[in-house]
Amino acid sequence: MLFFVETVTSGLLAGVMYSLVALGFVLIFKASGVFNFAQGVMALFAGLTLAGFLSGTVPFTHQINSALAMPPWLAIAATVLVMIALAILIERAVLRYLVNQEPIILFMMTLGLAYVLEGAGDLLWGSDVKVLDLGLPSGANDWLLDNFGLYVDQLEIVAAVVAAALVTALAIFFQKTRIGRALRAVADDHQAALSVGISLNTIWAIVWSAAGIVALVAGIMWGAKSGIQFSLSLIALKALPVLILGGFDSVPGAIVGGLIIGVGEKLAEVYFGPLVGGAVENWFAYMLALVFLLVRPEGLFGEKIIRRV
Amino acid sequence: MFYREVGQFKSSYAADQAIFPIAQDRWFVIGVLLIAFLVVPFFVTDYTLNAVYLPFLIFGLASLGLNILTGYCGQLSFGTGAFMGVGAYSAFKLTTAMPELNLIIVFLAAGLITAVVGMLFGLPSLRIKGFYLAVATLAAQFFLVWLFYKWDWLRNYSATGQITVPPRRFFGVLMTGQAAAPAAKYVLTLAMVTVLALGAKNLVRGRYGRSWMAIRDMDVAAELIGIRPLIAKLSAFGVSSFYVGVAGAMMFVVWLGAAEGGDTFGIQNSFLVLFMIIIGGLGTILGSFLGAAFLVLMPIALKTVMVDALGLSAVFAKHLEYVLMGLLIIFFLILEPHGLARLWQIAKEKLRLWPFPY
Repeated sequence: MLFFVETVTSGLLAGVMYSLVALGFVLIFKASGVFNFAQGVMALFAGLTLAGFLSGTVPFTHQINSALAMPPWLAIAATVLVMIALAILIERAVLRYLVNQEPIILFMMTLGLAYVLEGAGDLLWGSDVKVLDLGLPSGANDWLLDNFGLYVDQLEIVAAVVAAALVTALAIFFQKTRIGRALRAVADDHQAALSVGISLNTIWAIVWSAAGIVALVAGIMWGAKSGIQFSLSLIALKALPVLILGGFDSVPGAIVGGLIIGVGEKLAEVYFGPLVGGAVENWFAYMLALVFLLVRPEGLFGEKIIRRV
Repeated sequence: MFYREVGQFKSSYAADQAIFPIAQDRWFVIGVLLIAFLVVPFFVTDYTLNAVYLPFLIFGLASLGLNILTGYCGQLSFGTGAFMGVGAYSAFKLTTAMPELNLIIVFLAAGLITAVVGMLFGLPSLRIKGFYLAVATLAAQFFLVWLFYKWDWLRNYSATGQITVPPRRFFGVLMTGQAAAPAAKYVLTLAMVTVLALGAKNLVRGRYGRSWMAIRDMDVAAELIGIRPLIAKLSAFGVSSFYVGVAGAMMFVVWLGAAEGGDTFGIQNSFLVLFMIIIGGLGTILGSFLGAAFLVLMPIALKTVMVDALGLSAVFAKHLEYVLMGLLIIFFLILEPHGLARLWQIAKEKLRLWPFPY
């Protein structure tokens, strides 16, 4: 029983990590209908940039100059600025010219973007595995271990708290602020939003910045867990089943979907994996999402698709 | 001046419906094919045949397959890499189980097996649409690659996890492995690709192609005018997977000679083929090949320029290649979202009026 609880707990916490990535997807999809495949690479890029600032790496040379090393708060602030600048650049140089294109074209654009960011990250900061040391707690939580005999990594608890804070902040931002209302208007109907005087370009820059910041958070959490390396960009592939399970355009869906996928994956790995030779993690999430989709084609919380002729 | 259809009268329905109704087009295509069959094998070096022509033809065939599904029927798929794998592993099993089997039959049978697998994974398309379906095809991609690693029978229990093609002859000419002449491989591949491309061109002009396009443009409306989505979508998945499977089988048997699960047939291949059809042009046969040519040649060209001409270090060049490749893709999408095939069409229309545009 204890083993089962431990599996479920670790699944839930892994699910939180998936949700963090999925959240970035949802933000962009909601506001611009772009299926942003580059989200995972954005997390990698943000993580690399942060690690670079922390260690004082000189861009392009891959040399470390410790005089340039920044304290964590400054490095995070600088990385946020970089992500915002990146968002503005993407809007200015690319999105602006692709207004009104079909979704698949915009999707391919984000694939191209993923290539650019991946190459640029490596060019700027080097492609070796980086350790991200922000002083986040790690190791088992003593209180849970002593009282319940449960092994839970403290870092994952921090991740859960951060995710909760992030979702709350985003919810308040979307519901209560002026920009949030504009964002929802754009998500609802581009043309109607334009006609009441909302600037699409500004909104897109804001949304991509927000997604960049979410990517940074995901990059920090994943980076603290397993170091910043190329495989970080592959978490995008982990987040996709989360997205289809929860629905592309639903923030709560991203969270609930992440939790379901996290738990399902862990349970499958432990109880079903040995029967078929292991390593089922790679595809189980997709199969699970597929089964859910057959029942509800728009995901658990997705907006109902209404089709007219 | 040269490209004009003045004076070319069509006196029969068949002539009016020909694939190339304009005589200049017809001669151009015949000329290209003659050069490809009779000149290229004798005058192009073995290295170029192996590094440029074979991948171009094989990826062209795979893009053609994906284009049938995505460009003509509107069903986005990320499973191309794995379906190529299904073709390759089927070909491996067939040719090791029945060594006497003619290679052409091996390829076609591998294609048919892939078609069945593709239709199986196409079933969800009847209920799921758009990007949801695309992500569902990722399930096929990951599941199949996992299967390639875990199901030892598929690899004839080889300990390395690789499959390697045994020496096979095609009417007495060695076709597989390092010892085979690249020119022979090239001619066989080219013949297969030509016949299959011609078949695809006719298929998309006919009843099935039209029902696919109707489904792509508006599936509810298509259903209302009497097209059955079940048959249209599954046939698109079947035909598309057939082409992709043949391409995968040829990639393994003729071009690479050895393959290993996710390394050869991973998701990067699915995206590569998707790039090819987007850059080439969705919903065009020509576009599949233009896109394949572009994406096969570009990395080679970039590498030649950066490493050999500019003397950059290989690692640096590799990363820069990623950036440039991404930028080029974005640039192309902005410049011409309908792909190279559209540029070709525009050029032809301009040429028709040239030099008197008014």
